[in-house]
Amino acid sequence: MKIFVCLKQVPDTETKIKIASDSQSIDTTAIKWVMNPYDEYAVEESIKVRDANPGSQVWVVSVGPKKRTVEAIRTALAMGADEGIAVDSPENLDSYQTAKALAAVLQQEGDYKVVFTGKLAIDDNASSVSQMLAEFLKVPHATVVSKFSLSSEKINVERDVEGGAKEIIQLMAPAVIAANKGLNMPRYASLPGIMKAKKKVIKEIELSSLSTGASAKTKIISLSLPAEKPAVKMLAGDASAQAQALVKALRDDSKVL
Amino acid sequence: MSKILIFVESANGKIKRSAQELLSAAARSGQTVAALIGGTHAASLVNDCAAYGATEVHSFKDASFDQYNSELFTEMMSKAVQEIKPTVILASASSIGRDLFPRVAAHLNTGVLSDCTELTIAGDTVTATRPVYSGKVFAKMGFENSPVKIVLMRANQLSIDPPKVGATASVQEHTLNKSDLKTLIKEIVKGATEKMDLTEANIIVSGGRGLKDAANFKLLNELADVLGATVGASRAVVDAGWVSHGMQVGQTGKTVAPTLYIAVGISGAIQHLAGMSGSKVIVAINNDANAPIFQKATYGLVGDLFEILPKLTEEFKKALHH
Repeated sequence: MKIFVCLKQVPDTETKIKIASDSQSIDTTAIKWVMNPYDEYAVEESIKVRDANPGSQVWVVSVGPKKRTVEAIRTALAMGADEGIAVDSPENLDSYQTAKALAAVLQQEGDYKVVFTGKLAIDDNASSVSQMLAEFLKVPHATVVSKFSLSSEKINVERDVEGGAKEIIQLMAPAVIAANKGLNMPRYASLPGIMKAKKKVIKEIELSSLSTGASAKTKIISLSLPAEKPAVKMLAGDASAQAQALVKALRDDSKVL
Repeated sequence: MSKILIFVESANGKIKRSAQELLSAAARSGQTVAALIGGTHAASLVNDCAAYGATEVHSFKDASFDQYNSELFTEMMSKAVQEIKPTVILASASSIGRDLFPRVAAHLNTGVLSDCTELTIAGDTVTATRPVYSGKVFAKMGFENSPVKIVLMRANQLSIDPPKVGATASVQEHTLNKSDLKTLIKEIVKGATEKMDLTEANIIVSGGRGLKDAANFKLLNELADVLGATVGASRAVVDAGWVSHGMQVGQTGKTVAPTLYIAVGISGAIQHLAGMSGSKVIVAINNDANAPIFQKATYGLVGDLFEILPKLTEEFKKALHH
């Protein structure tokens, strides 16, 4: 069986984001790209499931400009994934177009038992592709998953919901599972893993060859930076004086009490 | 005229605050406001929906809708859209909203904007603003090729209008012939706290490494109890095992936007700021005057949190009980 992981490459959280002159995209020239942090949990889980099911393979697929996404794919290969697919596409496809492309690849490859993703990508924060992909594939899904097990055709997961509560859900395989933090501890790539990943041939697919015919459903009208916050008001005095000043400020100035 | 359908979530026999926000915003747009409620308690929520602006209330009263199931609710929404014919759907960017509506959007071949903080409805044009790149940029977004425009709003972003007591709405019941589901909810394990979730809370008190020990979270709990606040935490103390991951604020945790956020002993790593910089008023308490958290704060208190916290709890008690 094949276990698929859908990966996204995103700007590192520490990277400074500059808005491009068209004010609809970001300036990508100085960006450090990394694997989306939640996708690391997805890769780790897929490797654990493969190792527990002899004869299975982990396939990693990423949609985006291949000249950079291959790096994220190689990171996953270095962690232990078996095969990589780069779907070469422009920047900024929307979630609908991305999910359509992923669905087309999975339908082409076939024989997938589980598809792991991260619960959201930290760049566009849409948390949409996993559920859309599941719908296009006509398979069930679970998001924000912190516990996973597979036994023959049944998948059992724990999904984190509000107030620290958990939903225990059983899904009929195949299914799309969107990983939350807590699912596992992602491993670091080993040196032999990195060497092996370097030599691996990554399969490249042109977006147009998938013939999804999907046009964007949402569009960015403009990007803007958050308004500058007024400077912090430091409260002086000892602990008592500070506490009194704060309560007064919250009540009389900010009016939030 | 366009019709806005509000997906209403409820708790303890009342519609959630987030639903009040959505209904109020829809009513202000001047368009037809329809509320959708699933579950056996639907009838008891009709007046609530009407008071906040719904003129139509639609319900799927079957007991199977008492518990969220992504497949079942996708079918429910699909049926609802066929029968109610909305042009816009508004829902909360909650655990249910975020899980359900992307799937619904794919099913309807339409667009969805998730986790929005601003919303504008002008005639047929719907735009929404969303924080992207960990809150470092705001994206104003619109729809294309979308027969139904679906917007998921973050809690505490839209103002709530005073309820109109005695307002009425037409009531319509809907039913669904359920297909075989591949998704089975086996059990719900309750969280340790009955308090409001971080993502919905109006006041949050968060602790970090400065608290020195897991046991010292009791100082935060005492302050939170006085304020009716929910307690959060930084990644460092979650990773150290002091508190559960459900309490983590920031990247790889929860994104929150309360009216008041009090950060205690949290230095303010960029991953933490990403999760809370949308808060209206931020208070930072730290012994290091150079901690990055102060750059995001409205009010800063430099000092020993073990001295400040008890004083603060005492002062809030005085202020709130007079």
